[in-house]
Amino acid sequence: MKIVVAIKQVPERDSPLRIDATGKWIEVSGIQFGLNETDAYALEAALQLKEKHGGEVIVLSAAPERAGATIREALAKGADRAIHIECNDLGLRDALGVARLLAAAIQPENPDLILTGLQSEDLGLGQTGVIVAELLGLPHSTLILQVEILEGAGPQPRIKVQRELEEGWFQTVELPIPALLTIQSGGNKLRYATLMGIKRAKTKEVRRLKAGELSAATTSAVTLDQVSLPRRQKSTQMLGGTPREAAAALVDKLKLEARVL
Amino acid sequence: MSSVLVVVEQREGRIARINSEAIAAGRQLAAQLDLSLTAAILGVQAASLAAELAFQSLNKVICVEHPLLAQYTPDGFCLALQQLIQNERPTQVVLPHTYQVRDYAPALAARHGQVLIGDVIAIGHGPMFTRQLMQGRLNGTYHHSGPGPCFVSIQAGAFRALAPGSAAAPIETFTPAIEPAQIRTRPSEPFRASTHTVDLASAQRIVSVGRGIKAAENLPMVQDLADALGAELAASRPICDSGWLPMERQVGSSGQTVAPKLYLAVGISGAIQHLVGMKGSQCIVAINKDPDAPIFEVADYGIAGDLCDVVPALTEALNAAGR
Repeated sequence: MKIVVAIKQVPERDSPLRIDATGKWIEVSGIQFGLNETDAYALEAALQLKEKHGGEVIVLSAAPERAGATIREALAKGADRAIHIECNDLGLRDALGVARLLAAAIQPENPDLILTGLQSEDLGLGQTGVIVAELLGLPHSTLILQVEILEGAGPQPRIKVQRELEEGWFQTVELPIPALLTIQSGGNKLRYATLMGIKRAKTKEVRRLKAGELSAATTSAVTLDQVSLPRRQKSTQMLGGTPREAAAALVDKLKLEARVL
Repeated sequence: MSSVLVVVEQREGRIARINSEAIAAGRQLAAQLDLSLTAAILGVQAASLAAELAFQSLNKVICVEHPLLAQYTPDGFCLALQQLIQNERPTQVVLPHTYQVRDYAPALAARHGQVLIGDVIAIGHGPMFTRQLMQGRLNGTYHHSGPGPCFVSIQAGAFRALAPGSAAAPIETFTPAIEPAQIRTRPSEPFRASTHTVDLASAQRIVSVGRGIKAAENLPMVQDLADALGAELAASRPICDSGWLPMERQVGSSGQTVAPKLYLAVGISGAIQHLVGMKGSQCIVAINKDPDAPIFEVADYGIAGDLCDVVPALTEALNAAGR
């Protein structure tokens, strides 16, 4: 089983947010980056499938050079090799533009399965995987928690996946492979890289492609014009002072003002 | 006349409120761009729902019927809507931002060479569309410039639904051409994983804990606070993903929706997936170290500070006050 896992490097959750000079994105100098959480679950799902059925796990990322560290981290966890589409103008590409880059890099690999996280923590589009499937003409399913390979299911291999629905509901979906799945968090327990894994990662292949070499169209249909800090809609009473003072003030408010105690 | 097309989602023969909100967003776009407003509903035997929709101040309702649409599949819905769009030629397509729409709308838009502007919270002149970035800590404003229709999905609760009017819009039927072989995925009927032994929905008070607690060892401290309040303990998704609390205690879009008298959020930043599950609470209190965390957007009372200091102090104050 050959599996491509598309990953994204995103700012760490607690990163300070300062809007940059263009007004179109945040100041990225000095902030820490890491692997997008649902992509970590996609990688974990791929590694577990490989452990069970054999094969190869290839991580793929379209990102500036700094993402190299995140790609090495994925290799240290157990991916076999990586493809890094070097791209410094991600912000100028919409979801279709990024998906075109990924699809162009995936196509010659002919994988059985393409996994990616459900949604990125920075842009939160939740679309790239589904668009890649559409561009490659593959069936897809989203919000996946579990993946099972159906053995002896006929001439075309099939998989059965567990998909999350709203409000605590689930469903299973059977689909032929090759297919693309977007992975939800929580389906598996994430592994840490071992020392041995980190050592091995240094010698694993990272193939670098230039975005310009992939002949993917760069026209965009939607444009992010401006970012801003949200305006507070509700007037929250912030209670200050020491923790003890704030706690006492809150108990008073809850009793006398909100009357919920 | 070109139009705004709103695609309405039915679930178990009902139309959820978010669809009326999507129609409200569509109405706003239609007024701004001087377009007519059409709603479409997909499925089998959708006629009674179409009749219900007809009272939502629309120019037209289209009932898209086909036996292969009885159960949702991304292939079936993309094929049906692609043909409907070809027929109707809308310039704007508005959808509710549900799990189902997230599953097929990006592919549908890509099929038209377009990109869905997803999870929109506001529409301004232009039109400009506002959506949240960085887990709700930042807003982004987008515009569409492609040659094809502009696809937009609307966040639950972001637009105010109108009460139904008294005049009924005409209803048309559209039958797409779909072959069984074109449907590549085979979905099962939805099921619930486990029986809920914890009924958060009926709890009067809930203390809910998030990523901010950092370590499972800090849970007893939060449990003490819940005990002092006589509250149920709940959590945001990351806590349940880590296995620190069972999934049945999860509040949010993938967990339970609650509306207690008091909801006390501890170390929860307030991503939209969590907010949709609790923002109907009567009184919301948030304790978070980041004073700009989105949870303070919906909170009545807030304490910005280290929860390891604030939570024990609050437990003590409650106990001292005789609770």
